Amino acid sequence: MTLKELVDCIEGVVVNGQERLEEKFDGVFISDLLSDVMGHAHEGNVWLTIQTHNNVVAVALLLNLAAIVFTAGNAPDAATIEKGKEEGVVLLATKLSTFEAAGRIYQKLQ
Amino acid sequence: MDRAGMSLEIPVEGNNFSAAGEAASRVKKTLLRLGIDSQLVRRVAIATYEAEMNMVIHSDGGKIILQVDEEEIKVQAVDQGRGISDLELAMKEGYSTAPDEVREMGFGAGMGLPNIKKCADRLEIKSVVNEGTTVVMGFKYQP
Repeated sequence: MTLKELVDCIEGVVVNGQERLEEKFDGVFISDLLSDVMGHAHEGNVWLTIQTHNNVVAVALLLNLAAIVFTAGNAPDAATIEKGKEEGVVLLATKLSTFEAAGRIYQKLQ
Repeated sequence: MDRAGMSLEIPVEGNNFSAAGEAASRVKKTLLRLGIDSQLVRRVAIATYEAEMNMVIHSDGGKIILQVDEEEIKVQAVDQGRGISDLELAMKEGYSTAPDEVREMGFGAGMGLPNIKKCADRLEIKSVVNEGTTVVMGFKYQP
């Protein structure tokens, strides 16, 4: 599944990384605890979270995650967007709850 | 590739959450540039990130020292600050002394040191209360 298909599936907004939407991702990881993500997310995962501060970019970058999705209408901080642009990390946002976004992606991946 | 003698020292500021993760990023980029295997770099990056976050959350700052030699990759996190009073407890998954506002940001879940232990092949922690902590992590080239 490509990031473009993901955006459509969760009625998402592209905050950063428009040029990378044709890239494929490999599974989803959901957590709001950064160490949990560091310890358990895999390279190529899309990460669903409600954490919006700029440290999420560092986590995504270190793990080579495919994208961060800010769920439930949580908008990333200005510093997060700036850092995402600087480091080339794909940032997406959706109004859907984490549960609903995950459910839709799960269905689509089946 | 000449690995011998490569060394890098990166300062880390205590309580500066916006810069947190930059030392780990620099370590990762440096190792990838040296042509180190990406899975090994991943382990080093995760452990370095956790050590760096511990310094940001709990110390007055310090430095991350990366040393690449023939035998192993060594990362040292050396800080000044309050230190760790009960190391055994600190190693326990889920145990944390992080303040609430830090936890709300998703840090301080008590998984940092356990994550380091999982990623590193060698781990030494020396801590003196009210002086500081030194975490030494070693990573072998062959798993």
